[in-house]
Amino acid sequence: MHKYYLNHLQELESEAIFVIREVVAQFDRPAILFSGGKDSIVVTHLAKKAFWPAKIPMPLIHIDTGHNFPETMDFRDNLVEALGVQLIVGSVEESLRKGRVKEETGLNASRNALQITTLLDTIEEHKIDAAIGGARRDEEKARAKERFFSHRDDFGQWDPKNQRPELWNIFNGRKHQGEHFRVFPISNWTEMDVWNYIMQQNIQIPSLYFAHEREVVYRDNTWLPASEFLTLREGEAVEKRIIRFRTLGDITITGGIESEANTLEKIVNEVSAVRSTERGNRGDDKRSETAMEDRKKLGYF
Amino acid sequence: MELLRFTTAGSVDDGKSTLIGRLLYDSKSIFEDQLAAVQLSSERKGLQHVDLSLLTDGLRAEREQGITIDVAYRYFATPKRKFIIADTPGHIQYTRNMVTGASTANLALILVDARKGIVEQTCRHSFIASLLQIPHLIVCVNKMDLVDYSEEVFNKLVEEYTEFASKLDVTDIRYIPISALNGDNVVNHSTNMPWYQGATLLNTLETIHIASDYNHIDGRFPVQTIIRPHSDEYHDYRGYAGRIAGGIFRPGDAVTVLPSGLQSKIKSIDTFEGPVEEAFPPMSVSITLENDIDISRGDMIVKQNNQPQVGQDIDMMMCWLNNKPMQPGAKYYLRHTSREARSVIKEVVYKMDINSLQRVSNDNTINMNDIARVRLRTTQPIMFDAYRKNRNTGSLVLVDEATNETVAAGMIVDSHVN
Repeated sequence: MHKYYLNHLQELESEAIFVIREVVAQFDRPAILFSGGKDSIVVTHLAKKAFWPAKIPMPLIHIDTGHNFPETMDFRDNLVEALGVQLIVGSVEESLRKGRVKEETGLNASRNALQITTLLDTIEEHKIDAAIGGARRDEEKARAKERFFSHRDDFGQWDPKNQRPELWNIFNGRKHQGEHFRVFPISNWTEMDVWNYIMQQNIQIPSLYFAHEREVVYRDNTWLPASEFLTLREGEAVEKRIIRFRTLGDITITGGIESEANTLEKIVNEVSAVRSTERGNRGDDKRSETAMEDRKKLGYF
Repeated sequence: MELLRFTTAGSVDDGKSTLIGRLLYDSKSIFEDQLAAVQLSSERKGLQHVDLSLLTDGLRAEREQGITIDVAYRYFATPKRKFIIADTPGHIQYTRNMVTGASTANLALILVDARKGIVEQTCRHSFIASLLQIPHLIVCVNKMDLVDYSEEVFNKLVEEYTEFASKLDVTDIRYIPISALNGDNVVNHSTNMPWYQGATLLNTLETIHIASDYNHIDGRFPVQTIIRPHSDEYHDYRGYAGRIAGGIFRPGDAVTVLPSGLQSKIKSIDTFEGPVEEAFPPMSVSITLENDIDISRGDMIVKQNNQPQVGQDIDMMMCWLNNKPMQPGAKYYLRHTSREARSVIKEVVYKMDINSLQRVSNDNTINMNDIARVRLRTTQPIMFDAYRKNRNTGSLVLVDEATNETVAAGMIVDSHVN
């Protein structure tokens, strides 16, 4: 083997660190969008490595739907303290109180779409000009067309047909007043890469990713966690199952899978054998064929 | 496991999507729910077969019109390598997407329809691969099943392409006869073509030597940002953060900082995991120097005995990427490595007719998808190498000062070479 070569995880890591440093160099008020999910945890880890021995020179932003897994909140607070970074919380509850958004009603009601308004309000309030996210191109077909540096107009909207060409490793972050960028340093990572990297780097992740016993309800081919926000429908019952979550989002829309994987090794094995995409258990993507593109155009993550 | 980035180019209907679909499917990279969704969409459209292009056509407009309008990135892995595919549309008007996809690729797959042979689009795609200096080219002669798996047809095409390619600047070209639809020579050796003794497509992708695609000779380190912790433990730490763009750096190396010309020695090369003894492309590191000298973003740390060109006059091949034509005499922001400067296009030396590979003189109108040789003048010196020598320090983009859009891609050529 050639002496001067990086393996694929090292190369992806180096690319991501390059992108994160580029953000800090090109923008005045960048921030990391932190959801508590594994992808944003990996991005935060990469930011830590990018600026070591200095601290991460930007705040974390968490958009709080008010429908959280308690585990995610504990994890977030511990991480923020360990890193010594600022945390900005954008609250959907507050957007509701201020009348900025209206709670969805009906059977599939969730606060997923409401996050868009809260996110854009938070970005505006704190004058954030670049928001770094953990989205990956392999996740979803609209995301496959996303740039590393993704331009948003002054309404926070994405125009997929009119994206700036991105060549080599040259990133164009020039913008007009009021516009901002979303930046995706792990664009080229797959779910498998993320898990392998978490294992290799021994990155701490919320316990929800590991198999655990939980009260759940079977709905739409997935196990939804029982919570105060979940109303049982006819014929549904709360059961105890050993499950784990492949992605983490709002507790009302994040479905789990039955699994025995309670260590990182077992998760990596399970992910490499699994035959459906990780977002297959996400209620928010099931609404239509272009649900993600439509939300992204409006300013979704 | 190594990472191989490749781009696919081909005309409409030459089976590109089918080939990608097959690579993804046979490497078990298509998930059941993705396949089920595509099957459902195909049925809804009244198609007889499962349209695998629906896997890559992600945007609403693309699905409605049945065309690919943007570069889509696809991922798959085998036990030997991980692959990133930049899938670019083949329509004539989308040269800019092909250039984008090609800019980061180690390898290009060019698809040729065995029945149609080498057509204008083949020439155009090959020229772009050569212009963007993709180190490896695989010509897949597809639809061999429709020409009775004929060795003669294949050999004739190879001969034709070889002759055409002599005009290009590509050193490593391989030819594989395949049927993407039936899977011949894609993953498994074809029993229909016993006369073909070469490797299958997947095997070639897995084994082609890419480790020397980077420049390991000319030490180039563009400074991205400065790391200053201001903490008690690292009070005086001053690290220059960046990604190695060429060569191999070691502690103790005598270096020059450009454009100032100040000299120093490398004290340490740091990463989060600790200091390293060697740094090479494409590693992201931070470098500390023995002397306290004034360095900022956009400067370049180079070896004292091997320096890039420093200047304000740039000769380059340029691909125009924007709807709005080039404005003669207009100024554009230039982005090159971590440096930004203003620039003006002084002269269009010639335009390239990419179908005939002929140079067209006396035509200064540059529209979207045009490729031209131009001369540029910058307001500040930039530190560069010929693109042929180093893709990192030889590439640049131009940004419109009014719209902030990226309007052109430039590949720097040695000024004394035509």
